[in-house]
Amino acid sequence: MIRFEEVSKQYKSSNRPALTDINLDVEQGEFVFLVGSSGSGKSSLLRLLLKEEVPTAGTVSIDGLNIGKLSNRKVPALRRTLGIVFQDFRLLPSKSVFDNVAFGMEVIGKGRKEILERVPEVIDLVGLEGKEDRLPSQLSGGEQQRVALARAFINQPKILLADEPTGNLDPSTSVGIMKLLDRINRTGTTILMATHDVAIVDQMRKRIVQLEHGTIIRDQQRGMYGHTGH
Amino acid sequence: MRASFIAREVGGGLRRNFTMTVALVVSVAVSLTLFGAALLMRSQVDRMKGYWYEKVQVSIFLCGENSLAYTCTGAVTDEQRTDVRATLEGLKPTVQEIYYESSDEAYSRFKEQFKGSPIIANVAPSALPESFRVKLDDPSHYDQVANALSGKPGVESVQDQRKLLERFFQILHGLQTFALAIAGAMLFVTVLLVMNTVRVAAFARRRETSIMRSVGASNASIRLPFVLEAVTAAVLGASLAAGTMLAVKSFVIDARLQPNITFIAWVTWDDVLAILPWLFGVGIGTAVLASGITLRRYLKG
Ligand SMILES: Nc1ncnc2c1ncn2[C@@H]1O[C@H](COP(=O)(O)OP(=O)(O)OP(=O)(O)O)[C@@H](O)[C@H]1O
Ligand SMILES: [Mg+2]
Repeated sequence: MIRFEEVSKQYKSSNRPALTDINLDVEQGEFVFLVGSSGSGKSSLLRLLLKEEVPTAGTVSIDGLNIGKLSNRKVPALRRTLGIVFQDFRLLPSKSVFDNVAFGMEVIGKGRKEILERVPEVIDLVGLEGKEDRLPSQLSGGEQQRVALARAFINQPKILLADEPTGNLDPSTSVGIMKLLDRINRTGTTILMATHDVAIVDQMRKRIVQLEHGTIIRDQQRGMYGHTGH
Repeated sequence: MRASFIAREVGGGLRRNFTMTVALVVSVAVSLTLFGAALLMRSQVDRMKGYWYEKVQVSIFLCGENSLAYTCTGAVTDEQRTDVRATLEGLKPTVQEIYYESSDEAYSRFKEQFKGSPIIANVAPSALPESFRVKLDDPSHYDQVANALSGKPGVESVQDQRKLLERFFQILHGLQTFALAIAGAMLFVTVLLVMNTVRVAAFARRRETSIMRSVGASNASIRLPFVLEAVTAAVLGASLAAGTMLAVKSFVIDARLQPNITFIAWVTWDDVLAILPWLFGVGIGTAVLASGITLRRYLKG
C-alpha cells in the first residue's frame, strides 16, 4: 500500500541529499522498522509520507495516490488516514488526557456523542483508564507516549508512523509501548517505526529496512539489528 | 468542528492574551467611535440640507394669508402665481429648472426633516409658504433672479438657498474630515494591533497548530479560532462604539440640544441606527482581513 519509487530528497539548505533513489514497498498490515544511524534519513522518509516534505525526484504513493503531487487542499484528508507519534510525545500541556485524545477527533469535526464513546475505548486500549483527568505533566514518560498513541489511533488510521517513539523511555517502559504498537498492528494497521533501539528491534523480529547516508542498505524480513552487512 | 469546542479555544486564547485583547478592544472602540462620529456629522448635514438643498439654488416664497411683507396683500392669487412663473420662464437659460411646492407639500417635508423635534407641534401647515424652487446654470447668477423677482406682488421673499447654511456646513465638513483622518489613523493602528496579536497567538500556539495539522485538521479550521478571536475583540470594540453613539443621541442630542435649539433639524434615531451596521461591518471586516493576512504568513500549511 505504501510505495517509494526512485525517491530522492535534497533539502535546499543542505549540500548532500537526505535520501537517494529509495525503492520500498510496504504491504497492508505490515510492521516495518526503519533503522540506521543518526542523519541516515529515517525521519525524512516519514515526512515524505505525511507530505511535510515533497520528494525532489521519484514518487511516493499510498494506495496508488501520489503523495508528492497531492494538492495542499487534500493534504488534511491524507493525514486523517495516518496516525503519527514522535519521540517527544507532542501533547498539549494544558489539556487533560481525555482532551488530548479527544483533540484528534475534535479538529476533524467529530460529534460529541461519538467522542464520548470512542475516547474512553481507546484510553482503555492504551491502559490509561482512571487517568483521564490528569494533565500530561502528571504522567510518566511512558504514560505520555500512551496518550500520544491513543491520539494517533483515535481515528483508526490505516497507517501509523512512529518516529523514535521509545527514544525518551527506559527499556522496560519501551517494552510496554512496543506491546501496544503490536496490538495496534494486529488490528490491521500498518506501522512504520523509525528507531535506534537495538534491543527492541531484535526482540520484535519484524521486517527491518536499514538506511545509511540516505540509501537502503538492507531490507530484511524478521531481521535482527545486529546481523547486518556491516 | 463543534461550536462549543471552537468557543472554548477562542475564549481560552483571549484570556491567555488578556492585555493584548484589552488593547485591541480599546483601539477598535476609539477608531470606530470617531468613524461613527464622522458618519453622524454627515447625517446631520444631510438632515439640515433637507429635500431641496442639493437640487436648487434659489427659493422664491410666495405670500400666505398672514404674510407681513409689503408685497403681500393676503395670500398669493392665481394670477400673481402665474405671473411669477412666467417671469421665471423668461429667465431661461439662466434658470434651468423650476419646481413648485405647495404649502401642504412643504409641511410634509418639514415634518420629515424635523422628525422627533418639538417644533412640529408649534407649526401649522398654513405657516409654511408655498414656493418656487429654482435651479440655476451657475449659482453666482443668484442676483439676476433676485432682482427680477423681489418686490413683485405675491412674492414674500427670495432666498439664496446656499448662503444660509454654507458656513455651518463648512465647519461641520472640517470636523468630519478631521474625525475621519483620526479614525483612519486609529484603524491603521488597529490593523497593526490585530496583526501583532494574531502573530503572538499563533506563535504561542504553534504546538497546538502543528498537532492539529498532523491529525489532518483543514487549514480553515486551524485558522478559524485565531480569526474568531480577532473578530470577538472587534465586536466588543464595535459594541462600545455603538453604545457611545446611542448615548450621544440620547444624552446629548435628545436631552440637551433638541429642546434648546429647535430651529435645527437634528439627526433622528433612524439616522443613528443606520450608522451602527457600518461600525460593526468595518470592525469585523478589519479584524478578518488583518488576521487572515497574518495567518497566511505565519501559519503556512
Ligand atoms: N529541514 C531540513 N533542512 C535541511 N536538512 C535537513 C532537514 N531535515 C533533515 N535534514 C538533513 O537530512 C539528513 C537526514 O535527516 P533525518 O532527520 O531524516 O535523519 P534521521 O535518520 O531521522 O536522524 P535521527 O536518527 O538523528 O533522527 C541529515 O543530514 C539532516 O541534516
Ligand atoms: Mg529522525
